[in-house]
Amino acid sequence: MRIVIVDDSGLRASVLEEGLREAGHDDIHLVPPRGAFVARIERMAPDVVLMDLGSPSRDTLEEMLLVSRALAKPIAMFVDQSDEAMIGAAIDAGVSAYVVDGLRKERVKPVLELAVRRFNAFSRMQAELDEARTALADRKTIDKAKAILMASRGLAEPEAYALLRTTAMNQGRRIVEVAEALITASALLGGQP
Amino acid sequence: MTTIRAAFLPLTDSAVFVAAREKGFAEAEDIDLELVRTTSWATLRDRLVYGQVQAAHMLAPLAVAVTLGLSQQPAALAAPFKLNLNGNMLVMAADFAAALEPDPAKRLADPLATAHDFAAAIGLYRRKPIIGVVHRFSSHALALRYWLASAGINPDRDVVLRVLPPSLMVEASRVGEIDGFIAGAPWPAAAIDQGLVEAVALGARIWQRGVEKVLAFRADWMEDHVGTVDRLLVALTAAARWCDAPGNRAELAALLARPAYVDQPAAIIERGLQGRVMPRRGATEIEAPDFLLFDREATAFPWRSQALWIYSQLVRWKQVKPGQAAERAAAAVFRPDIYRRALGASNVALPGASMKLEGAVSTPTGVGAHRGALTLGPDRFFDGRIFDPERVADYVAGFGLPR
Repeated sequence: MRIVIVDDSGLRASVLEEGLREAGHDDIHLVPPRGAFVARIERMAPDVVLMDLGSPSRDTLEEMLLVSRALAKPIAMFVDQSDEAMIGAAIDAGVSAYVVDGLRKERVKPVLELAVRRFNAFSRMQAELDEARTALADRKTIDKAKAILMASRGLAEPEAYALLRTTAMNQGRRIVEVAEALITASALLGGQP
Repeated sequence: MTTIRAAFLPLTDSAVFVAAREKGFAEAEDIDLELVRTTSWATLRDRLVYGQVQAAHMLAPLAVAVTLGLSQQPAALAAPFKLNLNGNMLVMAADFAAALEPDPAKRLADPLATAHDFAAAIGLYRRKPIIGVVHRFSSHALALRYWLASAGINPDRDVVLRVLPPSLMVEASRVGEIDGFIAGAPWPAAAIDQGLVEAVALGARIWQRGVEKVLAFRADWMEDHVGTVDRLLVALTAAARWCDAPGNRAELAALLARPAYVDQPAAIIERGLQGRVMPRRGATEIEAPDFLLFDREATAFPWRSQALWIYSQLVRWKQVKPGQAAERAAAAVFRPDIYRRALGASNVALPGASMKLEGAVSTPTGVGAHRGALTLGPDRFFDGRIFDPERVADYVAGFGLPR
């Protein structure tokens, strides 16, 4: 079974490829959706194409699947249209799959399930990374606001932080929002931003 | 509050959805309208068909094609409301445009002459020209085919139509992957602004009232959610009216320019909203007051004859096998009955009929309405043909076979 993975994210594509190889598939090709990528795919004559649902190039790929003379059999999305749970999981995970007509669904389903798991794992990893970055940025903002309060009102660090926290609680806002407002106000009033 | 998730593509004509959310029109109808930005029509279609979103900003021909089973998983879709008319532009790289009428105002004013100029230029070019279209089942592709064929160009043989999403057209023009493209605002204007292409034809001058995006639901979901659907249509009507008011254009352009929506400069978006076209970088702007319509002349009303016109073009280009069942199914995608039900208690003028001749109005004309006065603007095709929805086969035969 020849599988082509089309993905803008090289990292995610490698994560998926690795999983498929572990599961015993060895005819796997990665194709980034750039330039004449559809011509490359057409020449490969794949049995299954896995593509990121978020890729803007899906329309281009579908058009090729529709008009290609090189692909002997029509390609449909998903192998078993009645399996709504599977399709739902794939769309939630952001995977689209095109499968040649006639391929047995028992053969394709594990591939799709694996793709869903890998895509989900990848987005969790991405989310954790984003969270860590945001947390770091938030802490820097709060530190800056604390410094302004300490300098302008002569507060000690714990007092400055307590003031930010109570203000946030009273206004129903996040501490970092109050800190940002304070930094902006201070800059407008001629303080050090 | 009822939550409705609606998928859209980054285009100026997502305006009615964006205004409904951002200006509180949806909230006033107790709807939390969540907008899901999507970058391909395939993904927008899948999200709607598989129920990840309840509503979509969809190409009208795609709604017909999905219903007829022409685009992956078949599903009966319903379009009770049109989100706009017009908004498209055909642009080409300077080496092609050089073969056309040099005065851009004249070039845009006479699509037939321009099509013939282009036909003459094709033979002199070193290879088949490659023109980007946003989707096989798009109003853009249908308008382009109509325009090419008017000058005897066979769109399936004499040129290469390459499918690319609107947001990638600019980059594809820059690297020379395509020689021109037809797409919705603001993407052609963005490519002109970067000096990559020139305006060759306006959608609004090919068909003066060209059907463009519709509000699409899954038909079964729509039947099961009568109250929510009616409130959404009321909200979108108010939003469309707000979008069409000249005083709101600057604010609307600023909203659309945000990264969460179109993510392009507000100035370029606003120019389109104002009905002004800059035909090449730095050139004098051309007034095109019908460049994009949201509300006036009952823009939102889904005339069944318009769904049938789309069907006639799918038949013409052999994308669907003609037949009574297919014709009925295509016409039934547009749902004037739902529009009337939802807006029955409002002050909106409701047309008395559900079908009309398309392309027959050359000066603003009053038409029968249940309530209020309704004037339809000119809706001519540039070649003067008139579409009679009762005689689809004759209309298609009238075009003759492609050479």
